Amino acid sequence: MISDITIGQYYKGDSFVHKMDPRIKILITVLFLVMIFMCKNFLSLLLTGVIVAVSILASRVPFRMFLKSLKPIIPIVLFTAVINIFYIGGGKELLSLGFITVTSKGIFTAVFMAVRIVLLIMSSSILTYTTVPTMLTDAIEKLLSPLKIFHIQVHTLAMMMTLALRFIPTLIEEIERIMNAQKARGADFENGSLTERAKALVPVLIPLFVSAFRRAYELAFAMNCRCYTGGEGRTRMKQMKLKASDFIAFAVFIAGFIGVIMINKIFGVVI
Amino acid sequence: MKNFIEFDGVSFAYEENEEGLTAETVIENMNLKIGKGDFVAVLGHNGCGKSTLAKLCNAILVPQQGKVYIDGIDTADEDRLYDIRQRVGMVFQNPDNQIVATIVEDDVAFGPENLGVEPSEIRKRVDEALKNVGMYEFRSFEPHKLSGGQKQRVAIAGIIAMQPDCIVLDEPTAMLDPRGRREVMATVKRLNKEYGITVIFITHYMDEAVKADRVIVMDKGKIVLDGKPKEVFVNIDTLKKIGLDVPEATELTHLLIEKGVNLPEDILDIDELYSYIINLTEEKN
Repeated sequence: MISDITIGQYYKGDSFVHKMDPRIKILITVLFLVMIFMCKNFLSLLLTGVIVAVSILASRVPFRMFLKSLKPIIPIVLFTAVINIFYIGGGKELLSLGFITVTSKGIFTAVFMAVRIVLLIMSSSILTYTTVPTMLTDAIEKLLSPLKIFHIQVHTLAMMMTLALRFIPTLIEEIERIMNAQKARGADFENGSLTERAKALVPVLIPLFVSAFRRAYELAFAMNCRCYTGGEGRTRMKQMKLKASDFIAFAVFIAGFIGVIMINKIFGVVI
Repeated sequence: MKNFIEFDGVSFAYEENEEGLTAETVIENMNLKIGKGDFVAVLGHNGCGKSTLAKLCNAILVPQQGKVYIDGIDTADEDRLYDIRQRVGMVFQNPDNQIVATIVEDDVAFGPENLGVEPSEIRKRVDEALKNVGMYEFRSFEPHKLSGGQKQRVAIAGIIAMQPDCIVLDEPTAMLDPRGRREVMATVKRLNKEYGITVIFITHYMDEAVKADRVIVMDKGKIVLDGKPKEVFVNIDTLKKIGLDVPEATELTHLLIEKGVNLPEDILDIDELYSYIINLTEEKN
């Protein structure tokens, strides 16, 4: 059932990627997104693909997990690819059927787009599969901490993220319970027009909100009792320390990044 | 024995008007002393003020009249608020609404982190606390994958990692199944015995109250009965009048005494009753 979901889809393991500093992982993932869109020819695209493949192998997360994360976006990939084939002009004309013209550039763009989206999803999946959600929020807190000079309460943001992650499964359970209670009283969520079904959800949402507020109130109480006063003067049990291996991984990645730029320069631009 | 918690003429109402307290006074002129290392059960009907009593113990609420002292500190002293909260930990009824982190050990670390304890020391405290409640093997679990009793034990670990002198548990077993209730009770009992932590256990289950050293029965904001379990549960009529049950064994004993069976009236559990009845039948034979 939905209560089985794992939040943040963390996949337990102790590979090299799992042990990497989450800050470095986030940094690499963000830079990688830039890198994916900087690829201008097949060779550079191949290089980014290889980087993803190596990372997947190093993470020791089974490949089917990545396929699973790709599943929901297959329609989007196909859709963008098809649109690109028909709408991008230029290059050699390959096929002309009445109003449809397929050009070489269109095909190239379609392939590029599809591969880019797939790599995008896979690379961010590596991050979420190998990093515990709490570490992720901690790392975001650390990475955003320079924003403190603009009086942005970074700690509060991170705490909100942690609590949101913590309460997703609890609230999902709650939704199930309320829906069952309403079904037992004759509510019908499956039949009827879209507006009817939307209306049927109102008696689910209202108790859900009421209970969420009550929970928030109790949680605030409990946090107060445990001496929570915000980020000031707080220490952390799990300290993040950059290891030599983190720097090496980062250096290797940067080398790849430069490689992509060089390949673009040397071999020219396809799209 | 030194008094750890002291209520001195305490009155409390959730709404106050200009003259002070309204008619809906939840706690009325209460005097109470609880010694260090005591295991006190607080019994009472819904709305008798027992949850309010709990919240007065760690300065979530401050009385309008009278004073509450924790280890000699006045709870109205705002500068020492966190001294008090570190000394008196609180466990609530719903385990889901007091677990903060997405991993068990991170949640236990939450309290010490707030106190600014050194990271290596936190690690030590967390491991020790989890071992104490028997949840060490579950340290890397997500809280929503645990049972109610396990979650409640994690919540208790989160409190003892702050090294308090006292734990106040506000109906910690109300949402648990019998097994979870037994687990929680056994854990609390052990913490009291082995570490001398003062325990205030608010409940409406008689079989849990029986295990305490001292039972306080509340009704309408007042203490009605106060004493050792054996002294308190003898007052069957008083307990029934305020809508509370009596332990089953005590009730059965009471009925037997009414029928003329020669039994002492302060029997609390079924094993005790059993051995008395066996003795009686042997005497007859």
